[in-house]
Amino acid sequence: MTGVETAFALLGLVAVGSGVLVVTSPQLVHAGLWLAVSLAALAGCYLLLTAEFVAWVQVLIYVGAVIVVVLFALMLTRAPTGPSAESSVARRAVAAAVATATAGVLLAVLQAGFAGEVVDLDAVEVGGATATGGALFRIWVLPFEVLSVLLLAALVGAITLSRRTTDHEESER
Amino acid sequence: MRLAFPLVVSALLFSLGVYGVLARRNAVLVLMAVELMLAAVGLNLVAFDAYWADALHGGQVLTLFVITIAAAEIGLGLAIVLLVFRERGTADLDRLDALDERAEVAAAPEAAP
Repeated sequence: MTGVETAFALLGLVAVGSGVLVVTSPQLVHAGLWLAVSLAALAGCYLLLTAEFVAWVQVLIYVGAVIVVVLFALMLTRAPTGPSAESSVARRAVAAAVATATAGVLLAVLQAGFAGEVVDLDAVEVGGATATGGALFRIWVLPFEVLSVLLLAALVGAITLSRRTTDHEESER
Repeated sequence: MRLAFPLVVSALLFSLGVYGVLARRNAVLVLMAVELMLAAVGLNLVAFDAYWADALHGGQVLTLFVITIAAAEIGLGLAIVLLVFRERGTADLDRLDALDERAEVAAAPEAAP
């Protein structure tokens, strides 16, 4: 096992371990914070796979923005700060069975398709701001613009949904 | 680096997301599990970008797109969850059964006469 592989295995262990806590922790706010740890470890994995720009975007958007929004939502829906009731044991057993089956299928497919393949990280152009920005604005510029429209639509939708309409306004219509 | 490392991590993260979506009761935590699944997809995309040494950086750019869509999704999803909480006073998915056929059938005889 090379040094990069060891580092990746450790980061992957952190990501998967905190991912387990995200879906099992009875304390809802703790689950949100473990999600931040998991996604930050994943950003480290991106760095090791030469996707430098994507890693920093991941830290900014996920660890910075998404987690804050999730924690806000947890508190606005008055999530209990102590341990909360878990779903029934039977449902968790079914969910665990489905998840295990998913993992089994995915790992079997990946084993069949890519067993023993090696990523030559030295041959890869590092995806810094120059390389990723060049690819984004030379080749992928049309999907990029479409995405900006999608973000605008999502923004307008979120504002429309969360706008409070008082009884006074309703009666005026 | 062997390709198996990122692939195994992403497969496990995706399965954890599946488990979270099925097992959690709070709507916000279900959305968090969806985020885990999207993150697993991103890791796969980045890994295959490096594996094929993609000159167009398709994997990394698509990961950026996935992150953007995930941000839009979580913003809209949480707005809907907050709206449901304001209307019904709960974000517990087990108790949001207004469209449940069984509940409707059970309530129908009382409303009939």
